[in-house]
Amino acid sequence: MAAHLKKRVYEEFSKVVQIPHEEAPAKKLRLSKPSKSAALHVDLCKATNSTDALQYLLQFARKPVEAESVEGVIRILLEHYYKENDNSVRLKIASLLGLLSKTRGFSPDCIFDDAINALSNENSHQVLAQLLDTLLVIGTQLPESPAVRVRLTEVACKHLSDTHFGVRNKCLQLLGGLGVVDAPLGKDSEASSSSSAGAVREVQTIISDYFSDQDPRVRTAALKAMLQLHERGMKIHQIIYEQACRLLSDDYEQVRSAAVQMVWVLSLLYPESIVPIPSSNEEIRLVDDAFGKISHMVSDGSWMVRVQAAKTLGSMLQVSPHFLEQTLDKKLMSDLRRKRTAHERAKELFASGEFSSGRKWADDAPKEKLDTNTVSLIASGACGAFVHGLEDEMFEVRIAAVEALCQLARSSPSFAEKCLDFLVDMFNDEIEEVRLQSIHVLREISTHITLREDQLDTVLAVLEDSSRDIREALHELLCYTNVSTKECIQLALLELLKNLNKYPTDRNSVWKCLKFLGSRHPTLVLPLVPELLSTHPYFDTPEPDMDDPAYIAVLVLVFNAAKSCPTMPALFSDHTFRHYAYLRDSLSHLVPPLRLPGRKQVYSLDSLDSGAGSGSVESAQVFLQQSLQRVSTIQNLETPGAQDLLDFTIRDLQRLGELQTELAGAADFCATFLRCQLLLMKALQDKLWNTAVPLCLKQNVTATAAAQQIVEETYKLEFLYSGLESRQVATIHHVRLQAKALQLILTARTRQGVDPLVSSEKFLQEVEAFQRQFLSELPHLQDSFVEKLLELMPRLSSCKPVELVKILQATLRQSGLPQLRLPERVHRATATIIEPTGESDNPLRFTTGLVLALDIDATLEHVQNPQNTVKVQVLYPDGQSHVIHPKPADFRKPGPDRHRLITQVYLSHSAWTEPSQIEVRLLLAYSSASSSSPCRSKLGWSDSFDGLPPPEPAVEGTIPFSKPVKVYIMPKPARR
Amino acid sequence: MPEIKVTPLGAGQDVGRSCILVSIGGKNIMLDCGMHMGYNDDRRFPDFSYVTQNGRLTDFLDCVIISHFHLDHCGALPYMSEMVGYDGPIYMTHPTKAICPILLEDFRKITVDKKGETNFFTSQMIKDCMKKVVPLNLHQTVQVDDELEIKAYYAGHVLGAAMVHIKVGSESVVYTGDYNMTPDRHLGAAWIDKCRPDILISESTYATTIRDSKRCRERDFLKKVHESIERGGKVLIPVFALGRAQELCILLETFWERMNLKAPIYFSTGLTEKANHYYKLFITWTNQKIRKTFVQRNMFEFKHIKAFDRSYADNPGPMVVFATPGMLHAGQSLQIFKKWAGNEKNMVIMPGYCVQGTIGHKILNGQRKLEMEGRATLDVKLQVEYMSFSAHADAKGIMQLIRMAEPRNMLLVHGEAAKMEFLKGKIEQEFSIDCYMPANGETATVKTNPSVPVDMSVNLLKREMALGGPLPDPKRPRSMHGTLIMKESSLKLVSSEQALKELGLNEHQLRFTCRVALQDPYSDSETLHRVYTHLKSLLKGYTIQHLPDGTVMVESIVIKVSSSAEDANAKILLLSWSYQDEDLGSFLSSVLKKGLPSGLPKM
Repeated sequence: MAAHLKKRVYEEFSKVVQIPHEEAPAKKLRLSKPSKSAALHVDLCKATNSTDALQYLLQFARKPVEAESVEGVIRILLEHYYKENDNSVRLKIASLLGLLSKTRGFSPDCIFDDAINALSNENSHQVLAQLLDTLLVIGTQLPESPAVRVRLTEVACKHLSDTHFGVRNKCLQLLGGLGVVDAPLGKDSEASSSSSAGAVREVQTIISDYFSDQDPRVRTAALKAMLQLHERGMKIHQIIYEQACRLLSDDYEQVRSAAVQMVWVLSLLYPESIVPIPSSNEEIRLVDDAFGKISHMVSDGSWMVRVQAAKTLGSMLQVSPHFLEQTLDKKLMSDLRRKRTAHERAKELFASGEFSSGRKWADDAPKEKLDTNTVSLIASGACGAFVHGLEDEMFEVRIAAVEALCQLARSSPSFAEKCLDFLVDMFNDEIEEVRLQSIHVLREISTHITLREDQLDTVLAVLEDSSRDIREALHELLCYTNVSTKECIQLALLELLKNLNKYPTDRNSVWKCLKFLGSRHPTLVLPLVPELLSTHPYFDTPEPDMDDPAYIAVLVLVFNAAKSCPTMPALFSDHTFRHYAYLRDSLSHLVPPLRLPGRKQVYSLDSLDSGAGSGSVESAQVFLQQSLQRVSTIQNLETPGAQDLLDFTIRDLQRLGELQTELAGAADFCATFLRCQLLLMKALQDKLWNTAVPLCLKQNVTATAAAQQIVEETYKLEFLYSGLESRQVATIHHVRLQAKALQLILTARTRQGVDPLVSSEKFLQEVEAFQRQFLSELPHLQDSFVEKLLELMPRLSSCKPVELVKILQATLRQSGLPQLRLPERVHRATATIIEPTGESDNPLRFTTGLVLALDIDATLEHVQNPQNTVKVQVLYPDGQSHVIHPKPADFRKPGPDRHRLITQVYLSHSAWTEPSQIEVRLLLAYSSASSSSPCRSKLGWSDSFDGLPPPEPAVEGTIPFSKPVKVYIMPKPARR
Repeated sequence: MPEIKVTPLGAGQDVGRSCILVSIGGKNIMLDCGMHMGYNDDRRFPDFSYVTQNGRLTDFLDCVIISHFHLDHCGALPYMSEMVGYDGPIYMTHPTKAICPILLEDFRKITVDKKGETNFFTSQMIKDCMKKVVPLNLHQTVQVDDELEIKAYYAGHVLGAAMVHIKVGSESVVYTGDYNMTPDRHLGAAWIDKCRPDILISESTYATTIRDSKRCRERDFLKKVHESIERGGKVLIPVFALGRAQELCILLETFWERMNLKAPIYFSTGLTEKANHYYKLFITWTNQKIRKTFVQRNMFEFKHIKAFDRSYADNPGPMVVFATPGMLHAGQSLQIFKKWAGNEKNMVIMPGYCVQGTIGHKILNGQRKLEMEGRATLDVKLQVEYMSFSAHADAKGIMQLIRMAEPRNMLLVHGEAAKMEFLKGKIEQEFSIDCYMPANGETATVKTNPSVPVDMSVNLLKREMALGGPLPDPKRPRSMHGTLIMKESSLKLVSSEQALKELGLNEHQLRFTCRVALQDPYSDSETLHRVYTHLKSLLKGYTIQHLPDGTVMVESIVIKVSSSAEDANAKILLLSWSYQDEDLGSFLSSVLKKGLPSGLPKM
């Protein structure tokens, strides 16, 4: 029996090992290699007319060709090429040559000459163009050879005079893509330096000659080629500038668009050189001139050009402030009389101290008479570029203009001040995207600016917008805004409360906004406090309702202001202090610690929190390292006291995580890892391992549970934490392997009679997979379980399962604790469900058989790629559970490493007799196939083994990573 | 010299009754056919007797083009076509064709039924007139006849407004109608390609105005409405049925949607409903936003705007009402105004210009006590606001259009003379092109320099290209040899051989011979050799042969030497060249006339 078994093991094993060999595609391909080119040859010879040949070629093009046989195929194709009379077939062959020379692993220098030869005998323009394209491909495949480049440049120059635009186009592409960039003076000076140095000088002039080609496509190609030269590092001559500027008024939009880019590139290269202004004696800087010219393009006829121009403006940061400010310039007139803009009027009204005047009809009546000669109707230079751009018909242009404004404003505070009015105007755009973008932009530049009251008024009007995104963006903006007067604060508070009233879901966002508003403007809030808290010098006012979100909002504002304004607490009434204590506890992230009279204990604790600052983080870091070092002294798992040490360390780490939020991820990670170790240790240490099998059933149960738990924890370790390096991943996998070994032993022991063959086989596979995956990490795992296992591998693979189990048991017990080295930054993925709050006592009622839409609002932190991984789980009281995949559009990204999930889940259930609670939580789905294993690509087998399934089946599962929220629901029976 | 003539019958240095006659390349075109709102007599319509004293216009006009449906651009159309008589094609865009008859019918009703005028066109006439209409699509080139083609461009302004490009041969005219270079809530901006017409005929209503951005005005408007609604007041917006009304509706509708407002908005019924229907249909003519979102929801299917009923005016609570007419002089808007005027919470917003004498004008000027009919007075307590929403291009917009189209000449219409004068000066200064501004009945004549297209034979072209440099330079003219054949009405340029063949003629050789007298003390053959070496050194790159039969050949020019009988030193050189070598031949003769230099070797 044993012999028989052994034989079977051998058979099975050999089969497993051979799969990659048998299926190895290399072998198969080698077989097919001659047949492929031969088949093509036969096909092409068989083809009686050109249509047939074309068909064969088309079929041929569908299948890939392996690197070794490319050359053969190309020879056959070329042979046929010379014989073929039909243009279309030759064209196809030419394009195939290009495709084939892209094949990886094939060096196309052997067909280079052939391709050039083919070029010289070709009459058809289309084929010629295609051949040049092929040459371009070949040339880019051979970047190292200057000879090839020079040759190609010559070929391109020769064919530049072709009458067909396609050929000229391709030639220019060739020149742009391969024109010699750096004159190779040192290396091969004897042969090619003279010609290539000539080429360097030439290339730009040759290309620029075609700026005035008669075909717009060629002009575009010439500009693009020049841009490509620039991208490849060649310094474009300044002479080109004038030519490019002329092309800005071309008849064709693609030429103008490319010219805008060209002018921009040159303005970056020569910002400070001086160019004359035509029709006058003055001279200005080139970058200013270019800025003016591109600004002019913002009112171009084609919207593509307008977008291009508006985008480009944003990146011209070197322009002089004088020119920059012109872009927002507009002079109004009415019947030839100067008129002030609405912006100017608003400013004046504000300056005169009166904001809301009874507007009369003639309010905007024109003032002084203008001299007709001074009015310039054609915006010269940069005048009013952004005024145009922001009023454009196409929202693409408007967005581009808003973005450009943002970039320019960030680098120039005075410009930021000026563009404020315009950005605020954009809040009223008809397209939400534009509104949102302008709010974001305003937030980004808000450090430079202080909002006037009338501007704030306009900004706040948007708070009533029904789009949640807009409102939240605006809250975010208000967090960073500076305002000038206490009226502004009052206005903002009023509008925010209105917003809160209208959209109660905005609660958190509004509170947060008030928090920042308060802490930014303590002195402005101070005079408002009595009014805000409705205190009265003589009378006691009724105590406000503590659950009123609006009252909380006011308190958040006041308390945050009070933090840096010590005189404020004197104005508080008694209940305010009580409310402070309550809020400090319940909403600690919104309410700062205050120095209140008679509240010493709070003060002392908080000073520890805030006063220690960055020093505490460092010391905590040190503490973390020390604990880990202490643990690493445990060599043997059976050392007395080791368990206790682990226990204490885990406890310490958990507490550390709670105290130091910066290190929470790392501390949690270590704690979990150590807990795994501890569990493993306990499971192994049970004395009953040595007793007879039937007696230890009970202990087996606990050990099995422990093993199962360890496996689960390792998945958490691997997927819940971001910032892991492959070394940590290896350690985690190692622990998992140990757990699996434990499981194997346990199954082997419990079911004595059952054949443990399959599971032992699987285990060995896993060991192999581990070795493959973490080859580079193996040196770090010295003296560990795996290392020992790998040493014994030859023996293991041939021995009986029973023996295997025994070996495993011994190794497991002997192996030491693997060292955990902490990576730089570890973050634990967390999720908090904001909505539903789970506080409501009113059940959500709905009719059975129909669905109830439950709004879910959650923030996710440190989750990579949440669109694919985050799911919502709904648990019904009867144990049913549903997993819902939110739409990718439901995820927003408010900040780095932060995501927001706002979605609706649909609930449904059969009728209940009374309301009951369901649980909603978020899950993080993982799959080991997608795990981050950098070694996999290093090994390079993914290339050759492409078609094969990965040897280890992907383990998929989910980790709950948010606290469950209970929702009270009541499905009613349907009424008939 | 061919010329284009433009004669405004209306709208010349004037706003109202646009009607412009254009003669181009022998074709006569009438652009717009509008009426004047200010007159009730004969001056109301353009003076068609300018075209012909008696008889129908059909013989004198090739086509009529209507730019948009405003009555000052199409109001005289039935009068012209049915009462004066015109049977040719009338071109207008699809939306104009749909909306125009509604407005004409409305206009007819007011003049005939209310004012009791006779001798006016009838409903049947409007229908008959509309049967002659040929609809146009944007950017579609329509051949009116073999030579005349027209093409429409988007003009903004109102739904269906178009600019037209009229082309005969290589001469062309662009007529803008009314246009708007800045987009608004429901329409996009005017656009034209670089068509380089001979004349650009542009409106110039706002020739001396540069406007503030639309957004400020919109925001002000919305803010005023919003504030008033929040106070619980009622807002009255008097409007005309078409155009601005729809823009304001869209504006309020989207604002209501955005801000989640609940107060009702009403629109007085009648004409508007029909018009809104067409706005829904012609989505392609609206702006980007409406075009892109109409799949989800047609913006003109208003969710918040409902039809108004007279009884609603007394309902409590805030509301917004759009009511016609726009100047508060009569009708529903006036009725509602009277009801609401007493409450200071209410507001009236005048979105446009008000003519003197109307209540609208009075209240805008701050009058707080109004005298109504029957000696009753009305205290105006409600707030009065003015918001200008106009859809004409301002001075900058006009300049922008000129830059887009790059015309050779400019002609201004539809504006006041003084303002035009200013703009004219600016245009001439900035673009250095001629600008005209004829008054009504005055003719502006523009000389054109049309290019005459000639078919060239491919062989000849290739031969010429082979001769010349690498590529033809499109910017520079080049001379070439060939034969121009004019056959019937086609022009053809072919090589002379082919021309001979085609015409069946024999080729005649034309040779010039010339004698040049020289003083040269050598023998004939020596002289010949000296001539040979002289020319050889002079004309490099030409084939010069010394033939054994005593001649020198320079290309195909033959040079012989003979000495005169009397004086052996006086040599006569005989030059002979064919007509094709005229240039070289005359050059050689002039060279040889100067004599041979002395330093030449003898043999």
